[in-house]
Amino acid sequence: MTDLVERLLAGDRRALSRVLTRVENGTREGRDDLRRLYPRSGRAHTVGVTGGAGSGKSSLTGALAGELRRRGQRVGVIAVDPSSPFTQGAILGDRIRMQDLVLDEGVFVRSMAGRGALGGLAPAIDDVVAVMDAFGFPYVFIETVGAGQDEVEIAGTALTTVLVNNPGTGDDIQALKAGIIEIADVLVVNKADRPGADVLVSQLRALLALAPGEGRDPPILSTVATTGEGVPALVDAIDEHRAHLERTGALGRQRRREARHQVLSTAQRILLERIRAGTSEEALAELVAQVAGRSLDPHTAAERLVGAGRADAG
Amino acid sequence: MTATHETSGAEETARKIRVLIAKPGLDGHDRGAKIVARALRDGGCEVIYTGIRQTPQMIAEAALQEDVDVVGLSILSGAHLELFPRIVEELTSRGLDDVLLFCGGIIPEEDTQALEGLGFSAIFRPGTNTGDIVSFVRDNAPAG
Repeated sequence: MTDLVERLLAGDRRALSRVLTRVENGTREGRDDLRRLYPRSGRAHTVGVTGGAGSGKSSLTGALAGELRRRGQRVGVIAVDPSSPFTQGAILGDRIRMQDLVLDEGVFVRSMAGRGALGGLAPAIDDVVAVMDAFGFPYVFIETVGAGQDEVEIAGTALTTVLVNNPGTGDDIQALKAGIIEIADVLVVNKADRPGADVLVSQLRALLALAPGEGRDPPILSTVATTGEGVPALVDAIDEHRAHLERTGALGRQRRREARHQVLSTAQRILLERIRAGTSEEALAELVAQVAGRSLDPHTAAERLVGAGRADAG
Repeated sequence: MTATHETSGAEETARKIRVLIAKPGLDGHDRGAKIVARALRDGGCEVIYTGIRQTPQMIAEAALQEDVDVVGLSILSGAHLELFPRIVEELTSRGLDDVLLFCGGIIPEEDTQALEGLGFSAIFRPGTNTGDIVSFVRDNAPAG
């Protein structure tokens, strides 16, 4: 059997799927695969789709992929759902909303569990995106876990971030708060056939007007994902955002910001894994017991763990 | 509340058993499929649930894209001897001949042999303890 990476680069979907698993699991093979594939990534337009649970992210992602297929583009989709904090199990159900695309060879949908990562994504998300990118999809969509007010990590992973809102989910003070709204490159009011959609659009518009002249205001679009209404215009807005990044030179800055984020977050992961590998369960349990009993503070305990990890690595 | 802290770290990147739970055919009753999906979730698996009315091609294609270790089929319509061979065929043609197969639902005893011949390692009928399904998957899922 020929090498998986070569098969992937030749367009073999089964090989893509296997490599995604190895990379997601962070195995030695996965790291080797990524090392070889990374130089071939960086061409895809990566688009983050984020918003609250039930806001229509999956349906909208499916509708966007469908519209891009009509325009002759191939699309990779990565859909993240949460893992249980107790059993680490997960139900990954985003595919249910993308049934029309299942048999389309130009679309590849991969579900990922959050595996304890904060910020609405998964620990290996950037690596998985790079593999999809290297496979040659011109568009890679990343659908986050249902996000609340503060899941802003997606902006460090995707070139264009689409924030999905719904009518009737809070007054204009919600939109005024800091956090997720600040990372939106495109604002969407989905389920726009429901009462209150127009009000929400004008609230969002008024909110943007409060801070004029600070670069580009995100466009606000209304969609009904289940009927496809407004979806072509949303694809245009996503394309326009990338064109804007290229026109203004912001693309290079964004790429460097992404790279910085990825290097630091990967370093964090490696360090944590090293610390865990260098610490026995008993030693950890002992520290935890001392902190829980208030005889040791968490900072001192953590310093001891980091020291143990360092000694092990050296 | 402390569960996330106790389990974060090296285990995050450990291999997880990925299971596709699918409902082929035209019957729309997916309570059983959902109960099994939920039990496997609680058993620590990552479960991809595709919803009802899946064709054999859709099931095989989802299994390929998701690189699952296990495929579980739920059927109540009586069409299993019609649909399951086509599903196995679609899986095999995509190179997915190493996945663990199991099924559940309304499946007469006399069909057991035919299904085993197709490669189904277990059949779970009404009244099955979900713990048995979780143990079966954990004990038999192919490694890596």
